[in-house]
Amino acid sequence: MLTLSAVAAEAPRQSPKSGIEYAGKDVRALQADDFGNPGMLWVTRGEKLWDAPAGRSEKSCASCHRDAKASMRGVAARYPRIDQNSKTLLNIEGRINQCREDRQGAEPLRYESEELLALTAYVANQSRGMPVKVEINGTSRINLERGREIYYRRQGQINLACTHCHEQNAGRRLLADTISEGHGNAYPIYRLEWQSAGSLHRRLRACYFGVRAEQPAAGAAELLDLELYLSWRAQGLQVETPGVRR
Amino acid sequence: MLARIQVPAQARRGDIIVIRIAIQHPMETGYRPDNFGRRIAKNVINTLTCRYNGIEVFRAEMGSGVSANPQLQFHVRADSSGEFVFDWVDDSGQRGNERAPIAVTG
Repeated sequence: MLTLSAVAAEAPRQSPKSGIEYAGKDVRALQADDFGNPGMLWVTRGEKLWDAPAGRSEKSCASCHRDAKASMRGVAARYPRIDQNSKTLLNIEGRINQCREDRQGAEPLRYESEELLALTAYVANQSRGMPVKVEINGTSRINLERGREIYYRRQGQINLACTHCHEQNAGRRLLADTISEGHGNAYPIYRLEWQSAGSLHRRLRACYFGVRAEQPAAGAAELLDLELYLSWRAQGLQVETPGVRR
Repeated sequence: MLARIQVPAQARRGDIIVIRIAIQHPMETGYRPDNFGRRIAKNVINTLTCRYNGIEVFRAEMGSGVSANPQLQFHVRADSSGEFVFDWVDDSGQRGNERAPIAVTG
């Protein structure tokens, strides 16, 4: 418990502000409109995939988890978390693929594939409105510290760390855009620039590209550690999936 | 092709109702090159129609200027119970359709 309170003491002093609060009126309206939000197309597709049998077991997600509206409520708010069997950090995408391989006898879905985005969006959507609250214990604390180290590490030819934009300059302009605090509470998001839904790891890779650093692959351990740190940093913010951003 | 439609389940006769449809589609403009510099062929939903009890009430002819995952909205006067049927086709010849019932009272 001592370590837990030590972590809490290191939490950002201000209450976190979701990225949607930095968005313009039109983007906010699009996210708030459950029909107009283009991310809902992925949620709808995920809902269909939830009931579709896959792999050798010919079981669907619903065969075990039944109605996602009940069984998946609040799950995304707790992720990423340590998997008790493998003792590794898993995000929602990783958990879905673990289920596919171990329980359904199916091929894992490619990161950023339409199917994985759809299922992730559908699962995360069930936690909409619930506060982000990740569990930090003995094992995940190591991941959290690694994530924190990445967050404050300068990298790339531009030689910037996450903190330089998203902590020290949040709310200020970067060219035509307003810099947000860089929280992951709305992912997967529909990004207008992408004209598509995308994962948090896609967004993080875009930031790596922006500072001209070497990009880890989506789903890589480094990005998972960073994802955990971001979720810890965002705790208290509501899950917004599917978010809409510029 | 995945689509979501919004048609009110019930309406009073004479009501002006809002119909909305969103379709998941890349709406490839035909102007973009791929990673090897080759032009990606244009592929957009070129025609979408909506029939209300068999009568065409809405038609859209779209081109390269329409964003990916287009969303369309229009108004119709509810005059009898029945069905809205959407049909659309893209440049690659792929077709999609959706339907939704409506109950009109009064």
